[in-house]
Amino acid sequence: MSKKNWPLWEVFVRSKNGLEHRHCGSLHAADAEMAMSNARDVYTRRSEGVSIWVVESSNILASNPENNGEMFEPAADKVYRHPTFYDLPDEVKHM
Amino acid sequence: MSDKEVKNLEEIFEARIARDEKIEPKDWMPEKYRKTHIRQMSQHAHSEIVGMLPEGNWISRAPSLRRKVALLAKVQDEAGHGLYLYSACETLGISREELYDQLHSGKAKYSSIFNYPTVTWADMGAIGWLVDGAAIINQVPLCSTSYGPYARAMIRVCKEESFHQRQGFEIMLKLSQGTQEQKDMAQDALNRWWWPSLMMLGPTDAESVHTEQSMKWKLKRKSNDELRQQFIDQTVPQADLLGLTIPDPDLKFNEETGHYDFGEIDWEEFWQVVKGHGPCNKKRMKDRVGAWERGAWVRDAAMAYADKKEARAKKRKTA
Repeated sequence: MSKKNWPLWEVFVRSKNGLEHRHCGSLHAADAEMAMSNARDVYTRRSEGVSIWVVESSNILASNPENNGEMFEPAADKVYRHPTFYDLPDEVKHM
Repeated sequence: MSDKEVKNLEEIFEARIARDEKIEPKDWMPEKYRKTHIRQMSQHAHSEIVGMLPEGNWISRAPSLRRKVALLAKVQDEAGHGLYLYSACETLGISREELYDQLHSGKAKYSSIFNYPTVTWADMGAIGWLVDGAAIINQVPLCSTSYGPYARAMIRVCKEESFHQRQGFEIMLKLSQGTQEQKDMAQDALNRWWWPSLMMLGPTDAESVHTEQSMKWKLKRKSNDELRQQFIDQTVPQADLLGLTIPDPDLKFNEETGHYDFGEIDWEEFWQVVKGHGPCNKKRMKDRVGAWERGAWVRDAAMAYADKKEARAKKRKTA
């Protein structure tokens, strides 16, 4: 029986230059270096990426869905942040 | 939380699923939803892991380099699928260690099909063609299941699985075009894997205890009997193409229904294997637990090395 378990890491892969890294899953590894080589084997066996980030999961702070109201609802009544809120005559071009 | 509040939350939850909304790890969910998903997802992960064993048996004996690299890649995919599914399962608040414990202690099940032996090379063909074929039929609907991490893992799994079935069929095709001995070998493999493959799609609807709830949660889109019929209908013409005979004297196309009628499945055999009395249950568990135990010192050494490296880096910083 192992004395201490390998921690959990989150894996982010950039599929090609010009695109952002996207979360694609997680894995266990003893350290960052091993997380990187495991990520390569587990998540890019078919040329799915050109760049990988690994982050230890315990370093991620996630918002709590129970607080979604106070977190995200204030944005809902701020329609003036969208271009369509402003009335302009049809003759105005390029705006 | 009072019972009434829970009931209210449950109603909101069920309505979200009915609207095809996804459930994500930190969302509130009924305890039964969590447990059912842990059970099904871990069973699925365990099946991928144990599924490597019968095929691993043939890697060193593959008849050509082409077959060997394909089989290696397939087995590696299965390890990958197991890992996607374990980590998706862990988002429900169970640790990897607990999941392994459940497999190794026999508390958790894995697909019974892997308790059959792989005695000839043709078994690699039959497994890819039939076992992976049946697995795909089971898995495709799961790409749109309600639990986000499971659905995302299944999309990756399904994308990769189609090569597994094609490489299996190719093995069968080559054998069935070969010498009489090779043809016989292919037929023998079909004879042994046909019925267990049909059983893989689960007990008949009348016997299936979880179906109704699973349908609601989109863990299931079609019943076991519907999936089985779909598998038979698509596989019979493939067997014809190979020039092989499916070992079921009652198999016959029914003009009226547009489906194949088929013979009685030996459910007694199925339950015996599920209960641990299949030909290889003991061997599979022994191999799996043995591999895990023999690897313990490697896992410990890697962790000790990582800890030491971190301590050294800290020391250098403070120095």
